This record gives sequence, structure tokens and C-alpha cells, in this order.
Amino acid sequence: MNAFGSFIASPWGSVLAIAGMTLVTFLCRIAGVVVMSRVRITPRIERGLRALPGSIILATILPVVIDNGWPAMIALAAAIIAMAVARIDIVGLVTGLGTLAVIRAFG
Amino acid sequence: MSPVLRPHFSAQGLRQGARAALPAFPGFIMFALAFGTAAAQKGLSLGETLGLSAFVYAGASQMVGLEIWQQVWTPTTILTIMTVTAVVNARMIMLGATLQPWLKHEPLPRTALNLFLLTEAGWLIGTRYHNEGGRDVGVLLGCALILWLVWLATTFVGFFAGALVPEPKRFGLDLVMPIFFGVMLVPLWKGAKPALPWLAAGVVSLIVHALVPGYLFIIAGALAGVVAGMLIE
Repeated sequence: MNAFGSFIASPWGSVLAIAGMTLVTFLCRIAGVVVMSRVRITPRIERGLRALPGSIILATILPVVIDNGWPAMIALAAAIIAMAVARIDIVGLVTGLGTLAVIRAFG
Repeated sequence: MSPVLRPHFSAQGLRQGARAALPAFPGFIMFALAFGTAAAQKGLSLGETLGLSAFVYAGASQMVGLEIWQQVWTPTTILTIMTVTAVVNARMIMLGATLQPWLKHEPLPRTALNLFLLTEAGWLIGTRYHNEGGRDVGVLLGCALILWLVWLATTFVGFFAGALVPEPKRFGLDLVMPIFFGVMLVPLWKGAKPALPWLAAGVVSLIVHALVPGYLFIIAGALAGVVAGMLIE
């Protein structure tokens, strides 16, 4: 085993693993800003970016909520309705979690 | 709302951002507790566990990283964990892209810090503030800083006391992140037509989720939403 190999096999390997994960994650974090500062933002690109926040939310939560069945769907609906009425995010969150806890307690 | 402001930075914004981050606390706390507990069970040292939370600071990739964590590392296993991390976190590229117009006049070191602390929850809170006309970058950073502290502190608690936390499922806490995201959807709603790309995102993510294991469905759905947004006049 060469010097580099034995260094990685030592406890320093964990440090290197964390450093590597940190590096690629930071590159993901900055890449969007770096790329967009070199691209001219046309109206078309702007429309695409405007659609992103809602798109990323649906893409993240829809599969998870459907996997968790109807209690999760009802809880999500309750949270959204509470937020639409009250316009206070913590009210929506507590309503959703409370609904889920009640359904699971009796379900 | 006041007339459109120029992007700026203030200490008052830092405090405002820290307060605005509050609804994201439950999700961060549950996830970091779960991560700290899992890391301790997997046999990681406290230093390794806190190092992952402090520097990688991306929950899904930290959890996946635990699955392929090694007692003895080789160049191949290091490259594997880096590749998997990059795949799981690739969605952050798009978060950064939407922040660029807001951050472009900021000093570089502060933008580097802001992006180092970038998370979906912090980005959603910042995006909401930006949509409502706010331009103080301090809000984004204040929110990010407090969330990072919460993440690190609860990782520590989870490492030692994870077994003491009552079954999170009973209180619906396993779904706290999706429900928080759903709540953040409401202020983004501007009518049915601007939401059409969201529909495309949802459908594509469901299809990809059914066909491909892993987290690919998030980035595939988000990309579908962006493309749909570009195509719909």
C-alpha cells in the first residue's frame, strides 16, 4: 500500500470523506449562482426560474405524501387550508401536524 | 408594499431572518435528532457526526452518507461517497440559480457564506420574503445562520439522547418537512395558470419516483417544472 493509501486507511480517512462531501455539496450550492451570473437572463429563463419554487415543493412532497397514504394527504390539505385562511405559517404547520396526530391516534 | 427596493444588507435584516426561520425549526430538529441518533448507532465518533452536520449540512445526503460510511476508507469508497453526495445535492444548483439576481451585488465572502448555509427551507423562507418585495440579504443570512445553529445543536442532542426521544410517528413528526413545504406553497400561489408548471413537476416526480430508486425524483420534477415554465407564455 502506498503512502496515500495508508493515510486514507487511517482515521484521517473520515476527515477526508467529510471534506470530500463538503466540497461537492458546496460546489452544488454555488454552481447555480456562478452559472446564472454568466448567462443573460431572458424573459424565457426568468419564467422558468419563477416556476421553480413551487415546482421543487411539489416534486419533493408529492411522492412522500402519497407513499404515506390518505392520513398524510388529509393532514397536508388541512395545513394548506389553515395557511390559506390564517396566512401565518406556524398555524398551518401546527394544524397539519395536529391533524396527522389525531388521525393516527384514532386510525 | 414599499416601492421596489435595491438589494441591500442590514443587521436588522439578520434578526428579521432569524425570526422568520421559526416555522422551519420543527423539521430541522426532527431531522437532526434522527441523524445524530443514526450516526451514533452506526458507530461514528462525535467529531465525525458533528463534522458532517457542520460542514456538509445537507440532511438527505448526510443520511445517505451513513449508509455507505466506512470504518476503513479507500480511494474508491471516498470517491463513491462524494459521487452519491453530489447526486443527492444536485437540486441545490437550482436553488442558487434563483438567488443570483438578489445576490449579484453582494461582496463575495458574504455570498460564499450565504451559499455555504443554503438549505431548501431557508431558501423557501427567503424566496417568500423576496416575492413580497423584500431585498435585504440580511434576512436570507439571518435565517440560514439560525437554522445552522439549530441543526448543529440538535445533532449533538441526537447523538447522545436519540433513544430518549419518543416515537416521532405518534405526533406526526415524521412528516413535518413535507407539511412545512406544503404550507410554504400557499404564499407562492398566484392563480391557476402560473401553477401549471407545478403540475408538470408533480407528475414527473411521481413517475420518476415509481421507476427510479433514490432521490432523483426531486431534481427530475423540478427540472420539468422549469421547462414547463419556460414553454408556457
